[in-house]
Amino acid sequence: MSDKQPLLEIEDLHVRFPLRRNLLGRPTVEVHAVSGVDLTLYKGETLGLVGESGCGKTTLGRTIVGAQKATSGSLRYDGRDLTALSRREQGASRRRIRMVFQDPFSSLNPRMNLRQIIGDPLVATGEARGAELEDRIAEMMRRVGLSPDYMDRYPHSFSGGQRQRVNIARALIVGPELVVADEPVSALDVSVRAQILNLLRELQAEFGLTYLFISHDLSVVENLADRVAVMYFGRVVELAETGALYEHPRHPYTEALMSAVPIPDPSLKGRQGRILLPDELPDPSDPPPGCAFARRCAYAEDRCRTGEIPLADGARCVRSGELDLEGIVEAESSRP
Amino acid sequence: MTLKEAEGIAERPAEVARTRASQRKLVWWAFKKHRLALVSAWLLAGMLVVIALCEFVAPFDDRHRDSAYTTAPPQVLKLWSDSGFGLHVDGYTSEQDPRSLRITYEANPEDRIDVGFFVKGEEYELFGFIPMDRHLLGPQDPGDPMYLWGTTTDGQDLLSQVVYATRVSASVGIIGVLLAFLLGIVLGAVSGYFGGWIDNAVQRVIELIMSVPSIPLWLGLAAALPAQMGPVGRYFIITTILALVAWTGLAREVRGRFLALRSEEFVTSAMLDGSSHTRIMFRHMLPSFSSHIIAALSLSIPGMILAETALSWLGMGLRPPAVSWGVQLQDASKWSVLSGAPWLLIPGLCVVLVVLAFNFVGDGLRDAADPYKH
Repeated sequence: MSDKQPLLEIEDLHVRFPLRRNLLGRPTVEVHAVSGVDLTLYKGETLGLVGESGCGKTTLGRTIVGAQKATSGSLRYDGRDLTALSRREQGASRRRIRMVFQDPFSSLNPRMNLRQIIGDPLVATGEARGAELEDRIAEMMRRVGLSPDYMDRYPHSFSGGQRQRVNIARALIVGPELVVADEPVSALDVSVRAQILNLLRELQAEFGLTYLFISHDLSVVENLADRVAVMYFGRVVELAETGALYEHPRHPYTEALMSAVPIPDPSLKGRQGRILLPDELPDPSDPPPGCAFARRCAYAEDRCRTGEIPLADGARCVRSGELDLEGIVEAESSRP
Repeated sequence: MTLKEAEGIAERPAEVARTRASQRKLVWWAFKKHRLALVSAWLLAGMLVVIALCEFVAPFDDRHRDSAYTTAPPQVLKLWSDSGFGLHVDGYTSEQDPRSLRITYEANPEDRIDVGFFVKGEEYELFGFIPMDRHLLGPQDPGDPMYLWGTTTDGQDLLSQVVYATRVSASVGIIGVLLAFLLGIVLGAVSGYFGGWIDNAVQRVIELIMSVPSIPLWLGLAAALPAQMGPVGRYFIITTILALVAWTGLAREVRGRFLALRSEEFVTSAMLDGSSHTRIMFRHMLPSFSSHIIAALSLSIPGMILAETALSWLGMGLRPPAVSWGVQLQDASKWSVLSGAPWLLIPGLCVVLVVLAFNFVGDGLRDAADPYKH
């Protein structure tokens, strides 16, 4: 661990969306999408980011690539704070941090053919043209498993899996170091999912990429990630090596997430009880004091409901030391 | 769509052609199936040729005036008469009623006027710089009366006048709509894309313009023009006035589209690719509905043509010596004139024909614009 070089250091990042503004344009009611995330990505690793819908994981990803402005906090990439850069300076960092989108249908412009879509980042900045542009597009298409013969075709003639390959090609054509993959396989059929995951793994080895892999699917993350960060209500509540996290979750929310993963083996059915969380997520425009999960947590005590709880020893929970929580790996290993 | 089609890529030749077809081709394939629209499109293409070559197509100059034949009825082209074979028309004999002083004309088969193609006539400059004196159709002797659609109350050849009026009226429609669309698209795009106070400002301006009834607004603006202004200047000002009133509807439509598209991931992705705002707006977003814009364009030309016609007919638009359909119809606005010379309504027929043609083409384009709906 110690020889790893940090690539991106996120410090106390906040992203808030104004819901209502007063006459002067100042926000009066805000939604806290990301509230105080500290996270470090190391070169060459895959960090899985999991959490339920609305927990802020997509917003975090979009903020990292620059599609969303941070309200406060810093994103230090290679020693430079991305949030302090002008739009022009961000251009350079955008080529090093790229995004693969979730929806393979709305992320490809239906009026452009593959040549225009994949080559767009090169054309928009005037980086390549003519024969060189053509060669680079063809080369990239081959790398992601698309025949360059399809260059003149339009997205409407491709399946979801192939569209996602196009997305990956467009992200990688500028030679990035960090790729934020926002649920890249959740819109795909199970049969195609494994192909795309394998492709991502191959490309990572080939280009030495670092991935921030956002997903709500714990089994996909377990498969791909070196470390996993669990987000709840805009905060990272647990951060650990993948194996350790799945075997011994240290935050009650992680345990609840894991209990929701379906077990394919029918003989084990019923062995592990599904933890059903009571109540809803707190109101994101009016966050409660203390642990945001306390209201839904079976282990919560009075001290959970007051004061800010820091991320200590990989878990943002005051009781993480005393609890013995159930993961999912042991269920698999107990198979006959 | 079957599972196989969804999974695999088209490999049969017909399917490959479809996968490679650009939006433009898909629209064209769909448009061709719309018979009426196709016929209308040919009609409009013919009209464009007439506009471009109007000096050549018209038998006479637009200043040509023959005071010997005022309000003369249309002649019939004949191929055969007692004096032999050949394209000709019959001359007129006129008679003046001694009490009403009204002149009536009769066709006179004795007076044969030979007509030919590519005959020598009045001199003109084609496209403004090629000196020529040939006309598509005309009397062999340039002084002879050949008035196929009759003459006006001033003794001008109605056919020639209609040809020249087509150039003016149709081009007011087309240029005016292009101007209006330029304004509408740019302001609508900026308004929808950036949102915020820019959007607010543009929308309030649109509401203001829309809340004023358009005919009084045209009239007011046109009345403010200096009376001694030349016909060319007047033409451009009238076109601009029509455009300034017409852009609002389109701007709203474009804004709505941009608002909806702005949240699409391909727009975010274009932004992350490093595209400038202008490139995102006009290269990535606008093409998504360019076919709808073209359809809307051809659907709004008729409105513009009608507006010019109405304005000129009321005497507030173009004025003689400029000829437009509206100016010509002023002639036909008196019942006493019209009852004796129904051919003066021909410019009105042209308006109806061209307006219908643009509407059919617009309809066809609109239906064809969405090739994925089938």
